Amino acid sequence: MRLPMLLGGLLLWAAQLPVAFAMPGIQHWVTDNGARVYYVQAPELPMVDVNITFAAGSVRDDGQAGLAHMTSTLLDMGAAGLSANEIASRVESLGAELTTGSARDMAWVKLRSLSDGAHLQPALTLFADVINSPDFNKSDFKRERERTLVAIRRSEQSPGTVAGYTFFNQTYGDHPYAPRPSGTIESIAAIKLGELEKFYARYYVARNAVVSIVGDLDRKAAEQLVDQVIGKLPAGERAAAVPPVPQLKSAQQQRIFHPSAQTHVRMGAPGMHRGDPDYFPLYVGNHVLGGGGLVSRLHNEVREKRGLSYSVNSYFSPMEQDGPYLLSLQTRNDQVDEALSVMRDTLQKFLDKGPTEDELVASKKNITGGFPLRIASNSNILDYLNVIGFYDLPLDYLEVFNDRVMAVTREQIVDAFQRRVKPETMTTIIVGGDD
Amino acid sequence: MRSLLASGLLLLGQFAQAAGVVHEYQLDNGLKLIVREDHRAPVVVSQVWYKVGASYEHDGITGVSHVLEHMMFKGTDDYPAGEFSRIISENGGSENAFTSKDYTAYFQRLEKSRLPVSFELESDRMRNLHLLDKEFDKEINVVMEERRLRTDDKPTALTYEQFTATAFMSSSVRIPTIGWMNDLQNMELSDLQHWYERWYAPNNAVVVVVGDVDPEAVYKLAKQYFGSLKPEEIVPPKPRIEPEQKGRRDVTVRAPAEVPYTIMGYKAPVLATAELDWEPYALEVLANILDGGSSARLTRDLVRGSQIATSAGAGYDLYDRQAGLFLLDGTPAGEHGVAEVQQALFEQVQSLKDEPVSAEELERVKSAVVANAVYELDSTFYQAMKIGQLETAGLDWRLADKYVERINAVTAEQLQTVAKKYLVEEALTVAVLDPLPMETGQVGHTASNGGGHEH
Repeated sequence: MRLPMLLGGLLLWAAQLPVAFAMPGIQHWVTDNGARVYYVQAPELPMVDVNITFAAGSVRDDGQAGLAHMTSTLLDMGAAGLSANEIASRVESLGAELTTGSARDMAWVKLRSLSDGAHLQPALTLFADVINSPDFNKSDFKRERERTLVAIRRSEQSPGTVAGYTFFNQTYGDHPYAPRPSGTIESIAAIKLGELEKFYARYYVARNAVVSIVGDLDRKAAEQLVDQVIGKLPAGERAAAVPPVPQLKSAQQQRIFHPSAQTHVRMGAPGMHRGDPDYFPLYVGNHVLGGGGLVSRLHNEVREKRGLSYSVNSYFSPMEQDGPYLLSLQTRNDQVDEALSVMRDTLQKFLDKGPTEDELVASKKNITGGFPLRIASNSNILDYLNVIGFYDLPLDYLEVFNDRVMAVTREQIVDAFQRRVKPETMTTIIVGGDD
Repeated sequence: MRSLLASGLLLLGQFAQAAGVVHEYQLDNGLKLIVREDHRAPVVVSQVWYKVGASYEHDGITGVSHVLEHMMFKGTDDYPAGEFSRIISENGGSENAFTSKDYTAYFQRLEKSRLPVSFELESDRMRNLHLLDKEFDKEINVVMEERRLRTDDKPTALTYEQFTATAFMSSSVRIPTIGWMNDLQNMELSDLQHWYERWYAPNNAVVVVVGDVDPEAVYKLAKQYFGSLKPEEIVPPKPRIEPEQKGRRDVTVRAPAEVPYTIMGYKAPVLATAELDWEPYALEVLANILDGGSSARLTRDLVRGSQIATSAGAGYDLYDRQAGLFLLDGTPAGEHGVAEVQQALFEQVQSLKDEPVSAEELERVKSAVVANAVYELDSTFYQAMKIGQLETAGLDWRLADKYVERINAVTAEQLQTVAKKYLVEEALTVAVLDPLPMETGQVGHTASNGGGHEH
């Protein structure tokens, strides 16, 4: 899952927007066994979304790349004595959607169901089975291992994917953010079923869980839902904090041959974490440089002025510890040196002088004026609840977000970028064919 | 089971009515406006759909609709290149555009009071685009990069492109939306100018607005901004009905890849072309019986059962403008080859012909369709998409609201009938991705202190 990069807030445009928006009223509580719950009532549509996220991402793989991924994959492939076919068939007969997934920081199980009792109750029973009682059958494990191996091999066909995971490998070195969450051919082949069960027992526990709920149910029903789904989960212990990411000391560049017409470039370094004191200057500044869609500087220099790339952008991925700051583009093989040099020059110029006052104002208008779009649907709100909960962000995070954006100055951006973004220590990964 | 489906339908009925009041208007110049109210959040999505896309094109200018979509961001006399996107951005909006076989569409998502900004800019570029060589020379390169990214460097996409061009000899369904590379290399500004003049007019456009708006106010706004635009005489493309296929066709794509893949398709009617209008709904259900989730037959039998495939799927688009394909695809597992996957897929097809689908399976598909109809209401963008797709396929947007009802009316007997009628070898095309060895590997690594500018 790519976490939402754009977080909106509200108040700035009070003077310019005609109405004040209703902020979702977030209710928060902690269950007896230690799970943190975040809930928003949304009675408009007869449906319920639930997301249970555990600090059980690949950062916990402990040298066995793919362990978190395989554990997550097996959850709904047999639980409480029901086979994978039976679970899928029952869920889908209810019109419900039950999905599992994992990334570096987290693993999650999600349910979307109609909200009337005839649909929701049996769906919750299945949801609870998958979370509380996965069977980890040997035959399912073998099959899913084979499917993962084929998926990894297929991903090698994509120069962009190769560039992406190579960037993490090179940039994060010995840090647990370095390996591919899906694992490698070798690491997946070496994983044993018993290790999945151990991983599950350690990390799929209540104190390590964040429950987010959005939908057509009242507080009492939400509490019952939580109790039904994870009330019996052992309390366990919250996962240890992810170790800090060491900053890179020198630049490195790696070229990998790939039989493709385009060359993909990934350039960057560890960037910032959730709750980072520099979050707002870096976020707003990057909106000007490469985060603002069709109007950013990188987009303008690389695509609009020179036609070198279809997509070019830069973004921070704030994670529990410093996630990457990444600049990306892809171009015809014989143009890669030119494109890379434009990208580097654009970055350097931004670091030297920062945004113009006009650019800063324009970006602030886009970020704050677009706020209502980003909380317009139940699924948008569910994602925010999960980020707020998982990363222990304050409950008024959304409410003060626009104020914080508006408070950012040009000087703060220049200062934060000069301290935090250093081209002289960046990793550059170049994957593509011959000229 | 029956009570579950019934209670789902009841829920849908109550909420779809409340959430989805739709109003249709037509301006004197022929522009159609469709407004769907959704008052859950103070936002609006505005989409302008033009009835033009790759299926309107012909050999030599393939990709022209999509290139024109790119050029629509390159300025008018009032709003020169870059201004459109700058203004939308400053208004807190997000925007983009997309081109398909049957349509080219432009959209903005905005806080609801900003709708006039969208209408002002969209009405301007509907008739006043100023195509310039200096912008085209750069943008055509961007489109060629897009083609490399989306197709040339993606073995499965490349296979699909060749597969489609093999399945259809005459029908313009064969034309890839991105365009053949050589056509892009030979495209000229005059091709775009001609295409723009021919198709971009109010009487060939549908404006779809979904959100927290008052329909009458939107209608007034539309008249204010779009009302004065001059209509064109729109001459529809020649029908180019595909000649009847007389036997199975095969195509092999050899490209550097790690994993083999097969895709196959049977010629099938769509809602816009079907003589019997229940048939497309039956084909839609058939695709869901095979691939409507993890419990559907292909995953159950091929992925988890025989474990011949690591993934397998089926697909069918009933809302296309022209007759298309009922698709099946699969990726072999382990030591299994594409031939075994194909064999397994053929057996699935045979079983659809031989035995009626069980009541339980049919009920599962219908329950999912009902629930999805509720879930779709969570996205204003998706609601607008549905309306635009139907209208540009020459269908009535009201069909979207009939979808659940029509799917629910499909019987097991009808499924067997369409399987026997359309999933036949005479109408079959099969493509295989045959991987060439991929040579990869590190060719250079440099580490340096403080050397950020090697180039």
